[in-house]
Amino acid sequence: MGRMSVNLCGIVIDNPVIPASGTYGFGYEFAELYDINMLGTFSFKGTTSQPRFGNPSPRIAETPSGMLNAVGLQNPGVEKVISEELPKLAKVFHKPVMANVSGFALDEYTEVCSKLDKEPMVGWLEVNISCPNVHGGGMSFGTSPEQAAAVTKAVKAVTAKPVIMKLSPNVTDIVSIAKACEEAGADGISLINTMLSMRIDLKSRKPLLANITGGLSGPAVFPIAVRMVYQVSKTVNIPVVGLGGVSSAQDVIEMMMAGATAVQVGAANLVNPFACKEIIENLPAVMDKYEIENLKDIIGGAH
Amino acid sequence: MKQSIFTVKENRKLTSDVMLMRLSGDTSHITAAGQFVNVKLDGFYLRRPISVCDVEEGILTVIYKNVGKGTDYMAALTPGAELDLLTGLGNGYDLSVSGNSPVVIGGGVGVPPMYNLAKRLISQGKEVTAILGFNKKDEIFFENEFKALGCKTVITTVDGSYGVKGFVTDALRDMDYSYFYTCGPEPMLKAVYRAASTSGQFSFERRMGCGFGACMGCSCKTITGNKRICKEGPVLVKEDILWEE
Ligand SMILES: Cc1cc2nc3c(=O)[nH]c(=O)nc-3n(C[C@H](O)[C@H](O)[C@H](O)COP(=O)(O)OP(=O)(O)OC[C@H]3O[C@@H](n4cnc5c(N)ncnc54)[C@H](O)[C@@H]3O)c2cc1C
Ligand SMILES: Cc1cc2nc3c(=O)[nH]c(=O)nc-3n(C[C@H](O)[C@H](O)[C@H](O)COP(=O)(O)O)c2cc1C
Ligand code: FES
Repeated sequence: MGRMSVNLCGIVIDNPVIPASGTYGFGYEFAELYDINMLGTFSFKGTTSQPRFGNPSPRIAETPSGMLNAVGLQNPGVEKVISEELPKLAKVFHKPVMANVSGFALDEYTEVCSKLDKEPMVGWLEVNISCPNVHGGGMSFGTSPEQAAAVTKAVKAVTAKPVIMKLSPNVTDIVSIAKACEEAGADGISLINTMLSMRIDLKSRKPLLANITGGLSGPAVFPIAVRMVYQVSKTVNIPVVGLGGVSSAQDVIEMMMAGATAVQVGAANLVNPFACKEIIENLPAVMDKYEIENLKDIIGGAH
Repeated sequence: MKQSIFTVKENRKLTSDVMLMRLSGDTSHITAAGQFVNVKLDGFYLRRPISVCDVEEGILTVIYKNVGKGTDYMAALTPGAELDLLTGLGNGYDLSVSGNSPVVIGGGVGVPPMYNLAKRLISQGKEVTAILGFNKKDEIFFENEFKALGCKTVITTVDGSYGVKGFVTDALRDMDYSYFYTCGPEPMLKAVYRAASTSGQFSFERRMGCGFGACMGCSCKTITGNKRICKEGPVLVKEDILWEE
């Protein structure tokens, strides 16, 4: 094991850097730019049972140090993901990939997870119960401990792969939801998804996004993510994947000190397509600077 | 797509709120007229998408309108300033279907991409007509540049202060042409769609998160399925278009 490798729910990855779902498509756009096998892994676009177009335009707005999105889970549906996207991905990516799953009902989560469970390329199932941009389902499962536990239990029953529950920051007590997932059998927790937000266009006097609200991500949310990762990882005994605003090797280290076993990078990929490559390449020097021998030694170091 | 640093060579006013910027850098990934670049600006999180107006061996020309904080920031840049650009974005116009006498139709800051397009068509020996639409006389730019390319150039102004009074479609109506290419505000695109007598290609704008196909921020529905304006667009063929609402 190299000095950057970590064990994420039983699978050892070369480094903790993972592009976040929805900001990396199914990998090919980036594979044209650099060898994406240098990543720890990546989390592909949120996949639902049926194809979805998502929300009307505009779906994107800028904010100080970040962005809003209201894409609304546009994806080709699990059947096409399996028959088209994964075979295409297999040509350029040779590591286990993280499958990001979304749903609007319990049986949609279990349907999609049981289908992806049969795919050898899929290493982990990351179950998104935190999307703020869809109506009915999505985030609502992630805002109550009982519902979060119910999704966890249902998904665990249909897969042998590690299940990582992706949580919403739009709650008052993130710890209780994480604990409920752990008790229901989750193998890991990832957080945070985007923060429910909105902006208004002064000229038209209307919301900038057609969906009215959207999810805030980027450096603006980093301190919130660090706080939540810290609180959750102090309480649960399963690995935590930290994300929200991570943009540099320093941010990766800070997130790990807060308690993250691995770290995802989202919006940063959109503004700098080489963000993950640069972070991975910079990590050894930044580790040296802070006298870190092995990254796994600093996980939760701030507790 | 290529990420690289460009250096501002020139940045000057064309009208009271439209600027022309020339930049030097690696233009090798710009392969078609109608493609765009995505510009990183200090202090702004998202990049700004701007169409390629012209490209020659290492020199990129863009024309942009000051509509907000990002374009205001660009307007203040002086020669020597460096900008991080993603180049070679989008599909661009397909010239192979133009026929012998295509018309290019630009409205406002939809005019710039028509310039490189007209240039390429003319170099292929086509007889190109340009219809350039503006609101009023003092908003007109690039009339002489299009004429210098050898285009028959028709200017329309909404208030009639110069050229043909009315919209680009008022000039298009009585014209004979083999095919059309257009870029401009969406109401103009819709009007051209209804008025045109041939097939053609339209360039669209959408709010973009990335500009290179990763975020699904710019998607639109078309007859042949969902398309990302930044990747399968910004140019869509007429037969493919589904107008929203
Ligand atoms: C493919 C494409 C090509 C374009 N080509 C040109 C061009 O050649 N010349 C030109 O003047 N303009 C062009 N635009 C529009 C240009 O991108 C916007 O005017 C510019 O981003 C405004 O930035 P701002 O910071 O000044 O405005 P603000 O309103 O402050 O910008 C806030 C956010 O909204 C986005 N935004 C605002 N208006 C638009 C718009 N119309 N389209 C897309 N995003 C927008 C900005 O990029 C930014 O993320 C193009 C847009 C697209 C999508
Ligand atoms: C354009 C966009 C699309 C996203 N789509 C998804 C998605 O499909 N599934 C998901 O779990 N999270 C999605 N997210 C959330 C990110 O994975 C991540 O949790 C969030 O953006 C915070 O990280 P960041 O600040 O590094 O972007 C999306 C985010 C963005 C910006
Ligand atoms: S802007 Fe990101 S996919 Fe088009």
